[in-house]
Amino acid sequence: MVKFDIRDLDVWFGPVHALKKVSMAVEANEIVSVIGPSNSGKTTFLRTLNRLSDLTLNFKMAGTIRLEQENINDIDIGLLRKKIGMVFALPLPLPLSIFDNVAYGIRMHGMKNKKALEKTVEGSLQEAYLWDEVKDRLGESAFKLSGGQQQRLCIARTLAVEPEVILFDEPCSGLDPISTAKVEDAMVKLKEKYTIVLVTNNVKQAARVGDRTAFFLNGELIELDETDRIFTAPKDKRTDGYIRGKFG
Amino acid sequence: MRNPYRTQRIAFFFLLLATLLIVVPVGLIVVIIVQKGLPAINWQFLSDIPRHGMRAGGIFPAIVGTIYLVTGAIIFALPIGLLAAIYLSEYSKDNFLTRLIKLAIVNLAGVPSVVFGLFGLALFVVFFKFGASILSGSLTLGIMILPVIITTSREALESVPYSFREVSLSLGASKWQTIRHIVLPNAIPGILTGTILGLGRAAGETAPILFTVAAFYLPRLPASVFDQAMALPYHLYVISTQVPNVDEKIRYGTALVLLMLVLMMNLIAIVIRYKFRKMKKW
Amino acid sequence: MRKFKEIIIEKLILICGLASIFFVALIFIFLLKEGIQVFKSVGLFKFLFGKSWYPISEPPQLGILPLILGSLLVTAGAAAISIPIGVGCAIYIAEIAPLKIKEILKAGIELLAAIPSVVLGFIGMVTLVPLVKTVFHLPTGLTALAGSIMLAFMAMPTIVSIAEDALYSVPKTYKEGALALGATQWQTIWRVMLPAASSGILAAVMLGIGRVIGETMAVMMITGNAAVLPKSILVPVRTLTATIAAEMGEAVVGAEHYFALFAIGIVLFVISFAINVTADLFLHKRE
Repeated sequence: MVKFDIRDLDVWFGPVHALKKVSMAVEANEIVSVIGPSNSGKTTFLRTLNRLSDLTLNFKMAGTIRLEQENINDIDIGLLRKKIGMVFALPLPLPLSIFDNVAYGIRMHGMKNKKALEKTVEGSLQEAYLWDEVKDRLGESAFKLSGGQQQRLCIARTLAVEPEVILFDEPCSGLDPISTAKVEDAMVKLKEKYTIVLVTNNVKQAARVGDRTAFFLNGELIELDETDRIFTAPKDKRTDGYIRGKFG
Repeated sequence: MRNPYRTQRIAFFFLLLATLLIVVPVGLIVVIIVQKGLPAINWQFLSDIPRHGMRAGGIFPAIVGTIYLVTGAIIFALPIGLLAAIYLSEYSKDNFLTRLIKLAIVNLAGVPSVVFGLFGLALFVVFFKFGASILSGSLTLGIMILPVIITTSREALESVPYSFREVSLSLGASKWQTIRHIVLPNAIPGILTGTILGLGRAAGETAPILFTVAAFYLPRLPASVFDQAMALPYHLYVISTQVPNVDEKIRYGTALVLLMLVLMMNLIAIVIRYKFRKMKKW
Repeated sequence: MRKFKEIIIEKLILICGLASIFFVALIFIFLLKEGIQVFKSVGLFKFLFGKSWYPISEPPQLGILPLILGSLLVTAGAAAISIPIGVGCAIYIAEIAPLKIKEILKAGIELLAAIPSVVLGFIGMVTLVPLVKTVFHLPTGLTALAGSIMLAFMAMPTIVSIAEDALYSVPKTYKEGALALGATQWQTIWRVMLPAASSGILAAVMLGIGRVIGETMAVMMITGNAAVLPKSILVPVRTLTATIAAEMGEAVVGAEHYFALFAIGIVLFVISFAINVTADLFLHKRE
């Protein structure tokens, strides 16, 4: 089943043409990795999917993005962002307790029942493999957690609102290898329930977790294919060059 | 050839001198007022009404009047100022209207205090027929301190990291929810600082209350917001220029109480700002 | 329902955002409403340049030239004192003082800014005024000079803090570049930092002067309040602000005198408006 259907997406920030005629489809329950050098439009692409780009000054877009056949501009923006969760590059806990961080989203969507809140918080933390580490200190400030724990907290916070898609924006860029491995494990498990779009600077990471991989360059989608094929037999020379450069 | 290091020494000497010329008199002013005013301060001075044509007794009604005025001003100015700050920090775009608003704030801050007095007289006392009353005085002071509250609150709101807003929005919270639950709580210390600075400013001003509320001599407490009231700064003005033969002790004592009231508020604001900086979590 | 509530709140936020514009306009409108007719009845030129201010004689003479000159004299004196000292102090705080002392000095400046003007007026009355009287052997110490000195102290916090900001916001590379070329610290300040911060310092000076022109209580208490054309800085003068403050209490609402005081208010408003807009332009030039 097609989750995201993106057709001829153009994005401008003022005079800057950030994305050029990008078309792709994202299947349900797959991980699509997006790779490319910096300023290639990867993050812009991601932030356009949940309409976070709307916040940027002088944003303009053309083309259509459909989430399960519905144009994202026609969906209530709160609901859209509830359906499409996002994990940012750096761990960004809100200045609240661990519990309140995870509960924040559902509270904003109107959940008041204390029992239900507790249940969701516990479930989400377990899904993000953080529950055992924090279950005795839920009232503490989220800033007291380590970087890796904070990032998994952010994943739990995203899961709590029961999204359908999760966007990861270079989620391991600030983490050490062990924390990175934990986050990657979490992502692979999450695939069973969610659709994942992963933007990463780390080509090896794309190779490890992505079902399919997309290569962006200068705002264009150069190639999108099975991850194995991208890494062994890319069709485009530029993809090949980028991957080799990265490996070499 | 001139020796550049000698020139530098001379220049630095004059810069230091300039600094001392500001700081030393400030210290002296405070020391003189404290030294000469302290003997006048006792419980009776603080709690009694003025007696014998303000040549004896205390300053209680003036203290109470000032508290009423300042409270009224803040009740009026804080909500408007805070919402205006939210508008500027969260909603305004980089356009002509925003430029106009900022210019208006700068101008409002620059209007001479006595002109606020005239305005309060024309609008509240005469046009709205509130008369010379606590209501008129509070509203006038409230408009006067609006720029202080807007500017400091806006700084406080803008110092909350932008990423917090993005996180909240990305979870599907609405803009107002984001402001209400994430931005505001983290800006409270800064907003508090601004509010207290505004209070201090309102407590010390005389010109705006001259024709809108201040009573020359009213040896009782005001009964309602439509009453006139005495106020500390005006009282100090009156006993130092309008009433002959007032014991110097009483003048200094009144000046000391007013000075301490204002400095205390500034001190509290500074302490809050300092503590907040230390415990900042991001 | 939640949506509805949020729309209301956001409308309220917009309205409050516009409040500053509204209040500035309201102030101007109400000053005009009460004061404009004096410009008509007396004539704008005669009002601004008339040499006598006798508002309660019959017929009243409403020329504010003595008051304008009083304000100008006191302001010029205060500027002459406060600009060199204020800018000097700003340079000292921004460029020379060690960090610890810097914090103390800044607190001292904030303290000065916080002292109510009526307290400064009072202190000026009991200390400065007798001093001026003895030093210059005058019949009274309540003079323009005393007013200038006291007002200089009210302008200094504004000048120091804004000028210091201006110096602080000069890019570090300028300074490092000059020092790397072997310039002394003072040469760097004089040749590089001051020119680079000049528009901000100019704004600081203007806003300081704006503060002085608008100052009321201290001026009223120590300048002697004689509404005559001042011949020197050692005689009593009366400023625009002091005139309003001193006479409004006696003026009858609706009388010519009452309207004339509002007309003075218009003059003050226009002056402060011009100063603030210009200073703001200088401050934005920097960006």
